[in-house]
Amino acid sequence: MAESAYLPGVTIQDANVLDSPRHSTLVRVTHWIHTLSFFGLAVSGIGILLAHPRLYWGETGGVGTPSVLDLPLPFMLGGPSSWGRSLHFLSAWVCILNGLLYALSGLFTQHFRRNLLPGKADLATGNITRVLANHLRLKRPSDAESNSYNVLQRLAYLTVVFVLFPLMIITGLAMSPAITSVFPAIVIIFGGQQSARTIHFFVANFLVLFLIVHVAMVCLAGFKNRMRAMITGQATAGKDLS
Amino acid sequence: MSDKLSRRKLITTGLATAAGVSGLGVAAVLADRYNLIPPDHGGVFGAGETLTYAAQRILTSHHSLAREFNRSDISKVAPVNGPPPENETYQRLKAGGFVDWRLTVDGAVARPSSFSLADLKRFPTSTQITHQACEEGWSFIAEWTGVRLSYVLNLVGVHPRAKYAVFFPYENGQPPVAWWESIDMPDAWHPQTFLAYGMNGQDLPGPHGAPVRLKVARQLGYKSVKYLTRMTIVDSVKNIGKGLGGSNPEIGYSWYAGI
Repeated sequence: MAESAYLPGVTIQDANVLDSPRHSTLVRVTHWIHTLSFFGLAVSGIGILLAHPRLYWGETGGVGTPSVLDLPLPFMLGGPSSWGRSLHFLSAWVCILNGLLYALSGLFTQHFRRNLLPGKADLATGNITRVLANHLRLKRPSDAESNSYNVLQRLAYLTVVFVLFPLMIITGLAMSPAITSVFPAIVIIFGGQQSARTIHFFVANFLVLFLIVHVAMVCLAGFKNRMRAMITGQATAGKDLS
Repeated sequence: MSDKLSRRKLITTGLATAAGVSGLGVAAVLADRYNLIPPDHGGVFGAGETLTYAAQRILTSHHSLAREFNRSDISKVAPVNGPPPENETYQRLKAGGFVDWRLTVDGAVARPSSFSLADLKRFPTSTQITHQACEEGWSFIAEWTGVRLSYVLNLVGVHPRAKYAVFFPYENGQPPVAWWESIDMPDAWHPQTFLAYGMNGQDLPGPHGAPVRLKVARQLGYKSVKYLTRMTIVDSVKNIGKGLGGSNPEIGYSWYAGI
């Protein structure tokens, strides 16, 4: 900072950066609140699952009936499912309210349309192949490329925001006898309460997989810069100003 | 310029905070007024418990009915958690075919009563084929036969200030916790809340809560108390156990289990 006071060029660049942050304040705040709530949901979800680590299809299922997946985990009764469920619901409330704020503001400010919806050129086969090849070769993005989301990022984020999370919420609610007494359709469309539970489990796995890839990509693209961008909003394309 | 801006910001933030705090205050008063605060609203998870309970009570305020199924959907396997109580009184009643069994009803009622199994069976019979899920994750569908709790509540005359129906079973082998549970009046009056004495066309089997269990269709299985011996109607659960509305909340489970 002391340096920039003597260098008008850098000062101007800094001001530009401050004027148009890489991520808006709302995106940054909701991102980290979401991180916390997702962590709470994942940990407590595992806790709940451990009470009965078997998954079924249809309306009902239990020991003595056929399952679709027997996880090689112990049946842990008592502990993890009691505080687990309370933590799960508290985290879910934070996740949903925070997610609503993010989604509504993203629609309102056109963030989704401008930054996430892929354009025609993005969806061209050649482009997708090129981006995919770069990813598979773990090629670090160029400065120009890291200024906007590539097609794979766009599709991944849109899928997470508009497919996987809504699916988690609906399958979660489909397991509630009180909610389904008001909206029976949300459990019928999944083929039953146990099917909803099973889908909830698999979608959770996809979300964790997304998280792993997401963090890996952040590391690959430059952990410090990316973290700074999501915390302070300052993008430092190219040179690291720190 | 920046002075003005920061002052404006300060005023806006102040107003927003004041609005937020008073909004929360009003919400708390309204929630209390409309019975939207569960007994286990305190503690780390209290906010989540309260939000879930309040949201679901508002959504289900028109006595929405749990889904009902066909006879062909009834599960061949209906698991249970644990055997019937080893309690001496219970064993004696069981040996006598539950002829001497009574359900005591007291508390905030006009006519405290006690009902035998024959009494309950004489009352109008209702059946439901509903899904019951254990908090652990497994579930089954069964047909339950019994008398609507609302019928018994009308017989004994519930005091208007009543807020909870509290249920005590013969202990079912979970010491050191003295087992008890409670439901709110919307669930107590709900047409699918039964004092159930039959299951799948037969007398209620021992491990499923013989001779009579509670059946609460819109909540998880642990709210459907087995091996009933007493029901008491109260305006507060503060003075029962730890005041959390049941022994399940005392060991970490949610009091409200509409999920």
